[in-house]
Amino acid sequence: MSPLVQGMLTIVIGVGGCVGYFYLSNLILDKIIFPAKGDNPGININRANLVRPWLFLFPAMAALGLYLVYPVVGSFWRSLYNRSGDDFIGFGNYQTMFADQGFQVALFNNFLWVLIVPAGATFLGLLVAQLTDRLKWGNIAKSLIFMPMAISFVGASLIWKFVYANNSDIGLINALRDFFGASEPLDVLQVQFWNNFFLMIILIWIQTGFAMVILSAALRGIPEETVEAAIIDGANPFQVFFKIKVPQIMGTIVVVWTTITILVLKVFDIVYTMTGGNFGTEILPSYMMSYMFRDDGRATAVAFVIMIIVLPVMIWNIRQARAEMR
Amino acid sequence: MTGVTLNQAIKRYGETQVIHGVDLQVDDGEFCVFVGPSGCGKSTLLRMIAGLEETSEGKINIGARDVTHMDPSERGVAMVFQTYALYPHMTVKENMGFGLKMNGHPKADIDAKVKAASDVLKLDDYLHRKPAALSGGQRQRVAIGRAIVRGPEVFLFDEPLSNLDAELRVEMRVEIARLHKEIGATMIYVTHDQVEAMTLADKIVVLRAGHIEQVGAPLELYRNPDNRFVAGFIGSPAMNFLDGVVTEGGIDVPGLGRTIAVEAALPAQGTPVTLGVRPEHLEVQMGQGALQAELSEALGGVSYLHLDTPTGERLIVEERGDDRAAAGDTVDVTFEARRAMVFDRESGSRIR
Repeated sequence: MSPLVQGMLTIVIGVGGCVGYFYLSNLILDKIIFPAKGDNPGININRANLVRPWLFLFPAMAALGLYLVYPVVGSFWRSLYNRSGDDFIGFGNYQTMFADQGFQVALFNNFLWVLIVPAGATFLGLLVAQLTDRLKWGNIAKSLIFMPMAISFVGASLIWKFVYANNSDIGLINALRDFFGASEPLDVLQVQFWNNFFLMIILIWIQTGFAMVILSAALRGIPEETVEAAIIDGANPFQVFFKIKVPQIMGTIVVVWTTITILVLKVFDIVYTMTGGNFGTEILPSYMMSYMFRDDGRATAVAFVIMIIVLPVMIWNIRQARAEMR
Repeated sequence: MTGVTLNQAIKRYGETQVIHGVDLQVDDGEFCVFVGPSGCGKSTLLRMIAGLEETSEGKINIGARDVTHMDPSERGVAMVFQTYALYPHMTVKENMGFGLKMNGHPKADIDAKVKAASDVLKLDDYLHRKPAALSGGQRQRVAIGRAIVRGPEVFLFDEPLSNLDAELRVEMRVEIARLHKEIGATMIYVTHDQVEAMTLADKIVVLRAGHIEQVGAPLELYRNPDNRFVAGFIGSPAMNFLDGVVTEGGIDVPGLGRTIAVEAALPAQGTPVTLGVRPEHLEVQMGQGALQAELSEALGGVSYLHLDTPTGERLIVEERGDDRAAAGDTVDVTFEARRAMVFDRESGSRIR
């Protein structure tokens, strides 16, 4: 069967299935379960109307339940079993995990990432958005800064591998060190503790464009008159920015901030590509990946911990985004 | 002495010149209103005085100071915007005190001034609310309060009542007039609403396409306009205009089918002119003439009768009294010779 026919058939079956489902389920409700006749047709109509919304909600709820709720519950359940899934070991995975020094390092590093990357990306994005707002070539600058968004994390990491390369002919950092008279090249990715920040720079580099685009739109949405009123009131450019503009886009800043925070808690590619989690750069997602096929199923426990950490940020993010839409 | 003086003020955006050498003197304590159709440059001119638009050429003085190139905050002006321009994240009190805070006034001083202004504007109950929790009229009062608190030498209003509904507009208009009397500061007010202009102004400046057409007291502009534009712009409904030609003993007006005698020094015979008469100066003569009554708008005390002349021109007549013409009637109109104004048809300037 040609792909075209297959596609058409899928559409027909899909749409037809939906129409059929709604038609038949309503038919059954109205004619068989609560028919509008017999002893008390009025009550039956009311009952049918109480049930009807759930008929429409059911497909979506079933899909969400299957693809979102079940995996969460399923992961948690699985994390209580051993690797083969036969033996119930209770919180054994969690115990070994919390006792593992590697996990503690990953948790601490992740804490640093959450603290620094969203702050850095949002701040730089806001700065760029404000600075390029009135410039003729502002849009060109913005396009350039937005470009890393189009690169995959692995691609971006490879680019930065060149920047950090342990060779003064290739690596920008070592070229600079060489220029200032350092004799030996240095592998910056092996400098304990600080190498975490070198990895964070990559994600900040990628996410600044995202923050910039959203915040730039928010800045444009500020009524010009409030800025003019502040200028007449005697506010200098810094005061206009921090006391008039920033408070008015605070909601958007929070949305950007939390969105990047959620992303940070999921990023694994950068660490995996750059250091493979060595030299004390492990973070939770990469730690999870490294236990994917080892141990007594510790990875599911890590996954669950990550979800618990993301959850409050996510709720805050969605609340703010909703408030912004109003 | 804190009047405002504009001396050959010019504004250009790139190649396009929008304000063409405006000369204007606004006296100390005067309420001056800029009116004109949209795009005439009245808001631009106000923003030049405020310092929000740079003056390309010419000079602006506030009092004795040359403020042409000063920052807005140094000019001693306060501005009230059409959209209120309140800071949405601050309470009413913070909004009103923001200017003083930026200029480093002590807190007690700010509080006292905010209190005084909120007393005047009856805003005491709202001081701790944010603008979103206020009605349109209250917001505009806060905006005016913010201006008062700064104690400026000159108040600038940019169409402050346009966003309010009709009833509130009348209320706020009275309030602004009262405020001017109380404070006595120089005020410059931009509007396209001629009722606001007529009722508030000591001096009206009529602008068109970046030029001043005429400056004068409201009734002076009404009674004695310099040109056809001002005559047509001031007054509602607008003045009636009929084409005519200067002839022996007056003006031959085809629309009325007769020669009209006027009190003006008419130019040579054969010159095309325009005759202008206000609706309230026309008298309807029933049962004669060739004017077709097309529509009658009865407002109660007055009716506006819309007439078509045989030449296709239109006339509006203000009718009072019990006996008013109806649509479909054929009537004639008469008026006193001294009420007719004559304008040059080419240039539009008044022939007196």
